[in-house]
Amino acid sequence: MQKMKTKIASIAAAGLLSLGASSTWAADDTIKVGILHSLSGTMAISETTLKDTMLMLIEEQNKKGGLLGKQLEPVVVDPASNWPLFAEKARELIEKEKVASVFGCWTSVSRKSVLPVFEELNSILFYPVQYEGEESSKNVFYTGAAPNTQAIPAVDYLMDEVGVKRWVLAGTDYVYPRTTNKILEAYLKDKGVAAEDIMINYTPFGHSDWQSIVSDVKKFGSAGKKTAVVSTINGDANVPFYKELGNQGISAEDIPVVAFSVGEEELAGLDTGPLVGHLAAWNYFMSVENDANEEFIDAWQTFIKDEDRVTNDPMEAHYIGFNMWVKAVEAAGTTDSEAVQEALIGISVPNLSGGYSAMMPNHHITKPVLIGEIQDDGQFQIVSQTAGLVPGDAWSDFLPGSKDVIADWRAPLSCGNYNVKTGKCSGQNYE
Amino acid sequence: MSTSTMNPVFDKQTNVFLSVLSVISVLVIACNQLFPADSALHIPTYTVTLLGKYLCYALLAVAIDLIWGYMGILSLGHGAFFALGGYAMGMYLMRQIGERGVYGDPLLPDFMVFLNWSELPWFWHGFDMFWFAALMVVLVPGVLAFVFGWLTFRSRVTGVYLSIITQALTYALMLAFYRNEMGFGGNNGLTDFKDLLGFDLQSDATRLWLFLLSAIALGLGYIACRFIVASKLGRVSLAIRDAESRTRFIGYKVENVKLWVFTFSAMLAGIAGALYVPQVGIINPNEFSPLNSIEMVVWVALGGRATLYGAVVGAIVVNYAKTYFTGALPEVWLFALGGLFVVTTIFLPKGIAGLLKKKEARA
Amino acid sequence: MLLMLANAKLWAAAEEDFARGLELINSSKLSQVKQGVDRLIASSDPRARIYLNAMLDSNLYRHTKEKRLVMLVSRDGSKVIVADVNDASKTEELKKRRVKRVPINNRLRGDIKAYLASKDLSDESSSVRKAAVQRLLGDIGELELGLFKQRLEVETNPDVKYLLESGIALDKLANGERFEQLAAIELLGESLEPPVRNSLNQMAESGPEELQALAAKALAKIDDKVAFYAFLEKVFFGLSLGSVLVLAAIGLAITFGVMGCINMAHGELIMIGAYTTYVIQLMMPNAIGASLIVAVPAAFLVSGLVGILIERGVIQFLKGRPLETLLATFGVSLVLQQLVRSIFSPLNRSVETPEWMSGALDINPVFAITYNRLYIIFFCLAVFALLFFVLRKTVLGLQVRAVSQNRNMARAMGVRSEWVDALTFGLGSGIAGVAGVALSQLTNVGPNLGQSYIIDSFMVVVFGGVGNLWGTLVAGMSLGIANKMLEPVSGAVLAKILVLVFIILFIQKRPRGLFPQKGRAAED
Repeated sequence: MQKMKTKIASIAAAGLLSLGASSTWAADDTIKVGILHSLSGTMAISETTLKDTMLMLIEEQNKKGGLLGKQLEPVVVDPASNWPLFAEKARELIEKEKVASVFGCWTSVSRKSVLPVFEELNSILFYPVQYEGEESSKNVFYTGAAPNTQAIPAVDYLMDEVGVKRWVLAGTDYVYPRTTNKILEAYLKDKGVAAEDIMINYTPFGHSDWQSIVSDVKKFGSAGKKTAVVSTINGDANVPFYKELGNQGISAEDIPVVAFSVGEEELAGLDTGPLVGHLAAWNYFMSVENDANEEFIDAWQTFIKDEDRVTNDPMEAHYIGFNMWVKAVEAAGTTDSEAVQEALIGISVPNLSGGYSAMMPNHHITKPVLIGEIQDDGQFQIVSQTAGLVPGDAWSDFLPGSKDVIADWRAPLSCGNYNVKTGKCSGQNYE
Repeated sequence: MSTSTMNPVFDKQTNVFLSVLSVISVLVIACNQLFPADSALHIPTYTVTLLGKYLCYALLAVAIDLIWGYMGILSLGHGAFFALGGYAMGMYLMRQIGERGVYGDPLLPDFMVFLNWSELPWFWHGFDMFWFAALMVVLVPGVLAFVFGWLTFRSRVTGVYLSIITQALTYALMLAFYRNEMGFGGNNGLTDFKDLLGFDLQSDATRLWLFLLSAIALGLGYIACRFIVASKLGRVSLAIRDAESRTRFIGYKVENVKLWVFTFSAMLAGIAGALYVPQVGIINPNEFSPLNSIEMVVWVALGGRATLYGAVVGAIVVNYAKTYFTGALPEVWLFALGGLFVVTTIFLPKGIAGLLKKKEARA
Repeated sequence: MLLMLANAKLWAAAEEDFARGLELINSSKLSQVKQGVDRLIASSDPRARIYLNAMLDSNLYRHTKEKRLVMLVSRDGSKVIVADVNDASKTEELKKRRVKRVPINNRLRGDIKAYLASKDLSDESSSVRKAAVQRLLGDIGELELGLFKQRLEVETNPDVKYLLESGIALDKLANGERFEQLAAIELLGESLEPPVRNSLNQMAESGPEELQALAAKALAKIDDKVAFYAFLEKVFFGLSLGSVLVLAAIGLAITFGVMGCINMAHGELIMIGAYTTYVIQLMMPNAIGASLIVAVPAAFLVSGLVGILIERGVIQFLKGRPLETLLATFGVSLVLQQLVRSIFSPLNRSVETPEWMSGALDINPVFAITYNRLYIIFFCLAVFALLFFVLRKTVLGLQVRAVSQNRNMARAMGVRSEWVDALTFGLGSGIAGVAGVALSQLTNVGPNLGQSYIIDSFMVVVFGGVGNLWGTLVAGMSLGIANKMLEPVSGAVLAKILVLVFIILFIQKRPRGLFPQKGRAAED
């Protein structure tokens, strides 16, 4: 009995020691970069590519001589599509691994989950995916699109160029579609679209039986006015959705679908036949023709050893984010989080669609908006491009709760949600 | 198992377990407080919180072991009770944010502001008071378990059927909580908590307290379960597990016994959930996922059923493995975890506890 | 003479349009291509159809160096095989980067389709003509009206004739005299075409007063029919969802129902079947239609073998501990998922839908049955019948039933129960694989495929009654229909929740499902 007690105690103590002891200090000759993307679970399908992208970017930077004379060292962890685990892993990266900055997250909920950790430990997160906006954190740099850099230009295109009069806003039931559709609904009504010409529909994650909904869309679209579907349907549910559209005989000329989360990578996993002609709005397409993009594609395909692998928008976002971080660290001369955060604002780096993207004081970036039609080889035919760069807007002008709110992280305001009416700063820097 | 003799509440294993638990808890806090940050013996607060999380899982595992190991009810829906307790606590924490939310609304949580809700839904009232929230932490899972059990046990739904409908229960709740109309924050759930009873959740002191509270809750929960197991109720439970019809014929009210123990177990799970949420900082519908509930059962099986301490060991081992493998071997950790489950069920039918017992018997 | 000259001039103009059109579409700029297509359409040249059709199919490519147009035949890694546009037998192999597709967008596609439809009015096949009229019905102008009248004179098919007449009536309804309008309403009251309904709707709301009531009456008649077909459609949707549920669950009904093993890896066996389909398609890239048929037995074998492996490697050690099979197979499912991720990458794989599985059988303009769903319903019934036959009429079936009812007695009678167990598990797993083939046509083929069906499968089996195949069939179909009937009222999520709550309550009433197993084996 006594023996057993001491045995258990010693085992436990050893376990604890191993937990504690593994918190070794970062070696001085490398700079650690955290990669926080799910490699298993439901989100692995999208996020694994981003992990590889980061590994490639870091490898290339190291070939160029590293950063500040040191080599970069990627630290990969797997939050396994489990939201509390994201927070745990973020803490592990920052506290235990002492990474200089983290590139990661895909879903909004994962970002929300890690947000308090980054704010508490004052670290840096680069978030590469289009999202619903309504957020600006001191510690997060949003390199993906906000609704105004993706959704609104797409709707403008459909309204002005295609002459769409009736709208179906279809989305998966979570924050991004809810917010985007709210913004779009307000925007469309602003433009004089009647309430009965807008149909809003939400489906659960991974919805696979689209028969009834597609049939409803078909009926809605047969009322004699040009109809379009604005889809914020999440990844996995898209394949059965488009298949059903094709089978029920709805072609892109009749009822075009414009999607915000269908990119080259998603198209690679499905039979593109029924999708030809449907649209997507992004800030980057693989089919953009310029040298920088071709170089990037070559580098990617060589790195991943697959000459059919595609590139997509979130990859470009990481490309931009990583280069911004590199430039900011060089400018600041240190990887110290506070200094880099300050240096990042105003940094401008080339993007892959032939221009420059700049980090703005609200921690969002400027990007061109491209609209493409899906081709049968899984690439996009670009049919429209905004004339200039569109700056990402953290707080939408079309939502009652946020139209008076602005974000500016420069001194003296230093606030992510400053209400211009009440003159109050709430959220992170609440006093 | 020595079921025929009268068991004292504080038997040998219980004493060992409780002393190990208290020694470790004190040790962890001491290592965190006494040693400077660069000492090899220092345990960072990060690790303390992690351990606190494991302790919550352990309490949940004890709750599952109570009904599965001792009464033969395999619930594949205990994650639901855990999550409900978590949501009750999450709602309290949400209300505590008040004006510090991103929109600065004194009453409505952020997610309601951007869904354009103008007033607080009725079921959110009262959660600004801690005592009310604390009551709900046990009451909501308890009532649900009571109603569910009352229906189910009286209809004599048993075995596999019972397991599958508990799964249906948690699945239905997951789908419901994913809906944004429900008013629980949809997929994002509840997050961005600030403080608990006025203590800043991001401060190290609060973290240590939460860890300590989890340890105390686990200890008390363990004793309570021991108390049930050692009582007459516990022996009737065992009888039900081994021969339900016979127990009924002898004259015991099988339904009532099952119902009360099941409800108690759900309440314990709720408490575990409530302690879990402030430590991980988020509660979302994924906690209701049926796969999570299966995983919880696996902890108990791995640790060893009908021992209680086995459940604790199982929960901690699996979760530590998860933490370790997701960091060290991100690409292959599912192989390791899956393999672990297969190997233990085949070669260690009595779990780790069985292994320890065998060793002890030999020694 | 003068006429001939004028004709010759016209012909020369058309010829020039055609030549210039071809020059213009040989470009990477969409605006130029659009001008070219306009020219080609204006030329009315029969040769233009080949180019336009190729553009519609995205098969028209430009040779970037030699500046000529070619037709894509097939792709092969970094190489492509192209053919001469006018002579399909003249093929050549080029580097992928040597050719670029002639760009096309929706508007161009619309223009080309409208043009081709006007040409299709005189096609030989009546179904092509019908589709052409339907396409033109939505937007009738001078040109279309002329074409319709011209065609009506020679049209013999009654359906097409009626459609042409409704087209003309639509014009009359809008622009005709009062008596013509009355006749038009009379005629249009029989039609289910959406443009007809829209016109009548407009008339009923804002037309001349004496016509409003009539139009409303005609509309009501149409709406009655539409409602009836909407109901039929819902039933069909329900059956199709139900057949998917049955397919996914029926393998489980065997492993779980007959053997009493809670196989959490069942979903992954379905996934393996779907991946087998993918691999078979990779091996037969030129025969997608046939590959699907080959995939059925292949998936049965692959999943069946994996199933036998699981049985021999894991489950046989857990005899009499059904709840523990749940835990072990849960571990197996994690391993299989990760295995697939390692082999095929975590990305979804693209499984093509063969020609005969896509599209829909148009019963009428408001009711169409999609082929893939229809085939899957038939497929599900066929699988069910076959399985039923195997279990009832073969020696294996007899032995399986014997072992499931009384293992010891069966052994005493000389049945090799070990062997029967392995085969039963293999059979159930094989059927799961076959379900995977069907699902590959409906949803994503990815590592998470199995997880999304496992819970539904368990619900179906439990609701139907463990150990009863009929129960599984009835349960799957009724849950499918219930779901689809509820969906329009409550939305997709709530419908699913309601169905789950219903199952929970139903089990209280009948703790052993719809069709409880009778006999000794039913007692635990």
